Amino acid sequence: MDLIQLTSRREFLMHAAAGAVAAGVITHEAVAAATQPERKHHWGMVIDTRRCVGCEACVIACKIENQTPPGVYYTIVTKEPLPGARNDRPVFMTKPCFHCDEPPCVPVCPVNATYKRKTDGIVVVDYDRCIGCRYCVAACPYGARYFDFGDEYELASESGESVSPEYRQYRARVPGGSPVGNVRKCSFCLHLQDENGEYDREAGRWPACAKTCPGHAIHFGDLDDPESEVSIILRERNAIRLKEELGTQPSVFYLF
Amino acid sequence: MTLKRVFWTAGVLGLVPFGWALYIRFFTHPDASNLGSVVPWGLHVAQYIYFVGLSAGSFLISSLVYVFGMKRFEPIGRLAVFTAIVTLLMALLAIGLDIGHLERFWHVFVFVNPTSPMAWMIWLYTIYLVILAVEFWYLMRRDMAIAARTPGWRGTVARILTVGSRDASDASLARDMRYVKIAATIGVPLAIMFHGGVGALFGVLASRPLWHTPLFPVIFIVSALASGGALLVTASAIFQEGWKVHREMIVDLGRLVLAFLLLDVLMQISEILIGLYGADPSYLASFALITGGPFWWVFWIVQLGFGVALPLLCLATPLRYDPRAVVVGCGSIVIAFIGVRLNIVLPGLSPEEIRGLTLAVTDPRVSSTYIPSAWEWTLSFGIVAVGLVIFGLGEIFLPLSRHLPHSAEQA
Repeated sequence: MDLIQLTSRREFLMHAAAGAVAAGVITHEAVAAATQPERKHHWGMVIDTRRCVGCEACVIACKIENQTPPGVYYTIVTKEPLPGARNDRPVFMTKPCFHCDEPPCVPVCPVNATYKRKTDGIVVVDYDRCIGCRYCVAACPYGARYFDFGDEYELASESGESVSPEYRQYRARVPGGSPVGNVRKCSFCLHLQDENGEYDREAGRWPACAKTCPGHAIHFGDLDDPESEVSIILRERNAIRLKEELGTQPSVFYLF
Repeated sequence: MTLKRVFWTAGVLGLVPFGWALYIRFFTHPDASNLGSVVPWGLHVAQYIYFVGLSAGSFLISSLVYVFGMKRFEPIGRLAVFTAIVTLLMALLAIGLDIGHLERFWHVFVFVNPTSPMAWMIWLYTIYLVILAVEFWYLMRRDMAIAARTPGWRGTVARILTVGSRDASDASLARDMRYVKIAATIGVPLAIMFHGGVGALFGVLASRPLWHTPLFPVIFIVSALASGGALLVTASAIFQEGWKVHREMIVDLGRLVLAFLLLDVLMQISEILIGLYGADPSYLASFALITGGPFWWVFWIVQLGFGVALPLLCLATPLRYDPRAVVVGCGSIVIAFIGVRLNIVLPGLSPEEIRGLTLAVTDPRVSSTYIPSAWEWTLSFGIVAVGLVIFGLGEIFLPLSRHLPHSAEQA
């Protein structure tokens, strides 16, 4: 009896604290479950480096589609020989954002301006919330994030105001107004999705790089759908992802 | 008073380039920096962690007086708290002008993300700044209350700053010091956490192997103590002629700085050895840049020469009993530490994340090379000048280094 009384207040406090934490976590989860829409897709890419001829049509198509300013590239094509190769033949590799399952850029954002969409796994940036600290640029192990320094192409003013369809926000580019001063990145051209979040290849509503690729090196689709082109390729071929050791779980795979 | 004159000249002259840099920033090109998307942080981020370190360091040294009751450092106490405030303001100025949308800074308090080390750092130093202000006000209150009775502009300033508090009795002083002790005691863990947080901000990034080490938060705190202590010796030399007036305190502070400097060197060596044996290609690339890149001299001459060798000569040999040598050694540390900070930020970012990234496009914003633009240099010197001027004004209007004679009460 004495023992019980001796320990009771301390135990009570500990139990109360544990209970409060548990209640908080459960409430948070419940609110999250009720307010967050279900996952419908897991958009991803399989990029076949043996089909890539290094023409960089994807880079141009992306620039035109997203109206990105100088210094901002949602995709690039690297042209390096494989490490340890006995020849200097370049491997062409187009590299969009990998829309990782565990994106290192998301947890570091001080204002929650960048997040992974629950419905389809696309990592996006909220231009109106981003303060432009560039922490996510430093955190990305794949160089997929670019800061908009407000630079303009020399002839841009003569060709009129540029309007980017990104995120279906159709922002006109003005000095100092977002996305100038924000971090920008590939969004798998999500402005081409319909109201239900579906792409349509036949209708041309397909990520610009994949749509343009003359060698058909960029395969895009739903990694959750076992019958999608990407899922079939991944089943039949051996694909790799870059820097697996970081545990980022990229949604973009490469065939070599 | 020659040191003081040099100080004021540098400060006032520096306001001109500061104004020019602000004009460029807000009225012409939105971003005149040479940063890019491979090296997204540069001179101003290095300057920011430099000043934040000086702030945390000088505050922690002041806590020796106000929390741990070490009376021999008393002469530097109020100056130390004021230094902590001014250097934190300089840090905020540097980082504020660096981010893309300064007008949205309040987002960090509204759109809360508890997984972001940067968010934690900002929340913690906001509280820290408030605590510093409270502590400093109570430290100065009684002297300001005495000064408030004097005629002229000094009295006017004092009357405004006391916010109506006129009690100059000894009882009120005792009460003030109680509040000071409470505030300073809360401040100590805050300073350790927020500056450890600055280190963690870099340390958590697995994408940047040079930074990704558990030692980083600890190194930041130790180097803050070394550089902050060194700055206080320098400040005492400039404003109190410390090498004449407070000889013993300067010698003692020198010993303290030496201890922190040696601990810092030990940790740096440990980190370099582990990093080299780990042999991550990106780490090796960063290390090669530090020791043999275009800015090799920052490491060998600034960091090792002015940051370690010269201070060791002044602080670890029998020269350490000469306060003038201590001032030289500490001044050298203060200047060399900007090199330490630059060599944390830039080489960590420079190695491309994906092989061939910087060759894939020909664009100055996608490059491993970063040399601060004229605008960035100008703004940096301007921020230093603003700090010097605030510091100098504080020295004029606030009795930082002496208590006002009690006889003023009868007058």
